[in-house]
Order: sequence, then C-alpha cells, then structure tokens
Amino acid sequence: MRVLIPSALQSYTGQPWVAAEGRTVDQVLLDLDRQFPGIRFRMVDEQRRIRRHIRLFLAGEMLFDPDHPLPADGELHIVQALSGG
Amino acid sequence: MDTQDAGRGNPVILVATRKGAWIYHGDRERQNWRVDGPHFLGHIINHLRLDPRDGRTLLAAASTGHLGPTIFRSTDLGQTWQEAAKPPAFGPPINGLEGRAVDHTFWLTPGHADQPGVWYAGTSPQGLFRSEDGGVNWAPFSCINDDAQYRQWFGTVQDGTPDGPKLHSITVDPRDAQHLYFAMSGGGVHESLDGGQTFAPLIEGMEVVGGFDVNEVTFHDPHCLRLCPSNPDRLYQQNHCGIYRLDRPARRWQRIGRNMPADVGDIGFPLVLHPRDDNRLWVFPMDGSDVWPRTSPGGQPAVYGSCDGGETWQRHGIGLPASQAWWTVKRQAMTSDHEDCLGLYFGTTSGELWQSRDEGLHWECLARHLPEIYAVETAYPK
Repeated sequence: MRVLIPSALQSYTGQPWVAAEGRTVDQVLLDLDRQFPGIRFRMVDEQRRIRRHIRLFLAGEMLFDPDHPLPADGELHIVQALSGG
Repeated sequence: MDTQDAGRGNPVILVATRKGAWIYHGDRERQNWRVDGPHFLGHIINHLRLDPRDGRTLLAAASTGHLGPTIFRSTDLGQTWQEAAKPPAFGPPINGLEGRAVDHTFWLTPGHADQPGVWYAGTSPQGLFRSEDGGVNWAPFSCINDDAQYRQWFGTVQDGTPDGPKLHSITVDPRDAQHLYFAMSGGGVHESLDGGQTFAPLIEGMEVVGGFDVNEVTFHDPHCLRLCPSNPDRLYQQNHCGIYRLDRPARRWQRIGRNMPADVGDIGFPLVLHPRDDNRLWVFPMDGSDVWPRTSPGGQPAVYGSCDGGETWQRHGIGLPASQAWWTVKRQAMTSDHEDCLGLYFGTTSGELWQSRDEGLHWECLARHLPEIYAVETAYPK
C-alpha cells in the first residue's frame, strides 16, 4: 500500500510517499522500519502504543489499534497531529 | 567535564537546548570561540556528550515535540550523524507492573576508562540503560526499571519535574567500574557495588520538604550529584533541600549548604567540582522560597564557590548582571573545562552562555539569543 509520511519523518524516507506491505497497521509500520530503520519507534512506543502526536488515517478513518486490518491497495496517511496554536 | 580526556587539544563547549544543539570550538586561550550549529534545529536535545576515552564519539539525547525519543551518534564532531539502532526503551510489562514508555533520554554518562564503548543513560520517566557499543544499542536495567520497590520510589508523574521525573547524575567510580551511583529528581540517591545488578538507597542525612517523611525514599529530590575525580570517596550533591557532602565510607550526608549566606540559601540545580581539588566546588543558587521561582535570588545572578569543602562560600558575580536578571540554570547546564586555571561555563534557560576563565572570579557572555539551554558540557576532541 501507499503510505504518506509526515514532514517530521521524511528525514528517514527522503520523500512524502512510500510503499509498504502488511495486513495490519503494525505490520505496515514494521515494514516501514525494515526499509527505514528507526522510523517506527518515533511513531510507536515500546508498549505498541501509537504516540500521542501521531495520527493514522485510512480513507478518512482515524486508526488507534495497531492490529487494525489494512487493505493491500489502500493509502495509509500518517499525520503529525496538531497540538495547539 | 571528564578527567579521562583523550586529546587535550583545544576545548569545545557542547550546548544542548530545547530547540537543537550547538558546538563552540575554542582556541588554546579560550578567548575566541567558533560556533557550529544549529544541529537538529527544532529537536529537543537534553544532553550532548563526547566520549572522553576516544575523543570522537559524540552522543545526543534527542526527541521532538511530536516524535518518540532517540539517540544520535557522530564520530566526526557533528559533521555527520547516525541514529542509534536500538535507543533506550523499556521492556514489556513484567512482575505485574504497568508497561512504561521512555518519553526522553535525559542524561548520558560515558562508562569507565577500562570499559571502552560502555555508556549509561537515564530517562524520563525514570529508567537506567546501558550501551556496550558506543551508544548504538541500549539495554534496560530491569533490576531498577521493573522492580516493584523502585517503581514505588519513582513516585507518579505528579511527583516529577514539569516535563517529567528524571533519572540523572549517573556516576562511575574511576577506581572501580562496578561501583555506580545515580540520582532521581524524585526518589533519592542510589549506589551499586556490583556493576548495576543491585542498587540500594543512599539518603541518610538528606532533608525533605517539610511535612514529608524523611525516611521515605520517594520524597528525596536530589538535583545534581557529583563525585570528586581527585578523591572518589567524596561526593557532593545539590538537592531540592540543600547542598550536601558525603565522605565515604560514611553513609550520612552533611548539609554544607547551611554555611551559605542566609539571604541566598542553598537551593539550586547544578553543581561543579574541581577536577584536581576535592575541596573546591561551585553552585548556582536559585530562589527556593514560597512558590519556588527557581530564579537567581533577588534577580542578582552569581556563582558561589567554596575552597574548603563547603565550610565557607564566596560570591562570584563580577561581569554578571548586577540586577534584574531572573535567570534559571538547569542541572546539566553548568560545567568546567580541564585547564590549569579552570574555566567555568553555564547556560541559562533564557539562552545565554557564560564563561569564566579564572575559576569563577570574572564572567563574560559567549552567546545570547540561543533557545532554552538544557545542558552545557566541555570536551577535548581528538
């Protein structure tokens, strides 16, 4: 699937859109980490919790569960959450 | 500053801030400084340290407002950086305790001279970590991080500093790599004699805020712990409740801050020791009255130094603002170099970097308008 990377993490990927494989959120993030070492821990803590200011969207739906299933041909948008003005 | 300096070339000042890191390259006389930075602009850098054993390995404890924490490494003094393969992270929940996540690495300490590549890290929330490969991979000390008793002593987030409770002041006895100390912003001073397999509190004689039980480890709030390089049996401590000295093997801290001027008091964060004279130390007092402004008493910043182990203190303020300077200097933000006539350095939360080339007698400003300064270290690159 295609994954949109927020600007704060493009130092890992070098580009805003990348491809990653996996049937769940966590599997896709693990595949991203395989391609771009270190990127997953910036988004997910050691207890598998998505970090406070990271938001994941699939077709407009916000995902909180790392085990949420993902379609192979979808687009996962990783967004750096707004945290005040 | 560390006594193991590999190179003893010209000094550098390593400045870690709320918005990035800067490196100041000095000349032999410490009169001219070339600024290199920012590194990691916008990243929160809590600590920046150069390994004194090789004079090359530079570690930066980094996070951002939005991303998880990590460690960056450089072996060319910041020209290029690589991220740690496995930054400090807690293990899965065990012992029926709640799983925790590192918010940021707060403190970095190079290991013993006989253990090249070994580093220690302290985190917020409180955790102790070790690397054996120069900061590439980090492993947790489960005996601290996952121990039910230590979890109790850590207290809650409510007990912590405004941006979280911290494990800091990790200290290695230069005579014995197995002999370690650390302190916690809430939770006392602790000692290990077996390389970190077990730790025990070392709080006797330390005072606590009125109304709390002095026997409860969790109520002890050390701000900065230092071991004398020239006499590793002597420790000094700047605490939430005073300045202390401990001469081992004794276990009872002596409150030498009682000898400070009463109108200044003995509250503060940083503490700097002379690398070759165990009777000499410097502190940066702050106002710890009523609501704890944590600013220079009376708006008149000064370093206070002692030449007799804290029996008497002298004010060192020449060159610093005479009034209306409400500075805060954090616990890692004051240090010394290693020259014959010792240089002292501190950074303020208002982004000013100050230097004394004569052991605190006279002060001059090296930089203004930096972001909030979290840590200042000196080093001698190879």
